[in-house]
Amino acid sequence: MNPEAGNAALIVAVVALTTAGIRAAPFVLFPPGKKTPEPILSLGRVLPSAVIGMLVVYCLKDVSPLRYPYGLPELIALLAVAGLHLWKKNTLLSIGAGTALYMLLVQLIF
Amino acid sequence: MNRRMPALWAAFFQTIPIMTGYLFLGAAFGVLLQSKGYSWLWALLMSVFIYAGSMQFAAVGLMAGAASVVSAALLTLMVNGRHLFYGLSMLEQFRDMGRKRPYMIFSLTDETFSLLCSAKAPAGVDPKQFGFFISLLDQLYWVAGSVAGAAAGALLPFDSRGIDFVMTALFTVIFLDRWQAEGNRRPALLGAAIALICLLVFGKSVFLLPSLFLTTAVFLAFRRKLAGGGRTG
Repeated sequence: MNPEAGNAALIVAVVALTTAGIRAAPFVLFPPGKKTPEPILSLGRVLPSAVIGMLVVYCLKDVSPLRYPYGLPELIALLAVAGLHLWKKNTLLSIGAGTALYMLLVQLIF
Repeated sequence: MNRRMPALWAAFFQTIPIMTGYLFLGAAFGVLLQSKGYSWLWALLMSVFIYAGSMQFAAVGLMAGAASVVSAALLTLMVNGRHLFYGLSMLEQFRDMGRKRPYMIFSLTDETFSLLCSAKAPAGVDPKQFGFFISLLDQLYWVAGSVAGAAAGALLPFDSRGIDFVMTALFTVIFLDRWQAEGNRRPALLGAAIALICLLVFGKSVFLLPSLFLTTAVFLAFRRKLAGGGRTG
């Protein structure tokens, strides 16, 4: 057993409680019984699209365009995902083929 | 006739990309945890009660470095602060979830959030059951992956380098779907653009939170203009 188990358990508890607190905060601030202010509701309507755009950027944050391989595997695989998806409209196919292509690229070519 | 099965099946098909990603990322977390001397029981505990991907990786570092409670709480606020904004977007959708509501709130990760705001329940399937099963399945994948990873150690049977691209592909596909479905494309463009600028200004370890604050500020300031171009529901 790890000698720091007590402190580690404490850290797990703090991280778990803080995470749950963050996730619960909006629902505690704007409970179902009370009318949620209109600016917050309109924010809730536009944020999902914005956050998805943001998460795409977030996933690509470790790409360095100025160093080998210049983000080429990501670019090629992303174009494949987008092209395939606009063409076939099949979510699983776009994701599966794109990921397989990316794995081939980083393991065998770059 | 059990009405839950169709919802479970529909949710299962929607969550297949996340299953792939969570099983592998979870396994990677388990392997990392195991390498620091913590058994699969710790992996189970953390994935059940914390259930936040990137923060669990960070927590391994905190545990190994015997960090203080205060720094653990602060780092969690910084890494998971973005989840505040997911809740704001789900206020209406979770409103009538009843007994399932606390779990829906607890389990709102990046990936579950992205599915909940894009996936539509098929005809004849209760949307609440459907949403609940999406959330539950996602966490089960994560728990299973992390426990298996910790138990198996570093013995992955094949070269899994690049498998994490499944998340990038998932978000890209959702982005494209929303792009084509919605009359108003400014929010999506603005979100991506602001994230890119913040990435360049703040660096990759902390840029997500400032970009969320900036996007929120811009939306609030230009609310009427941005809402124009048709209702987006």
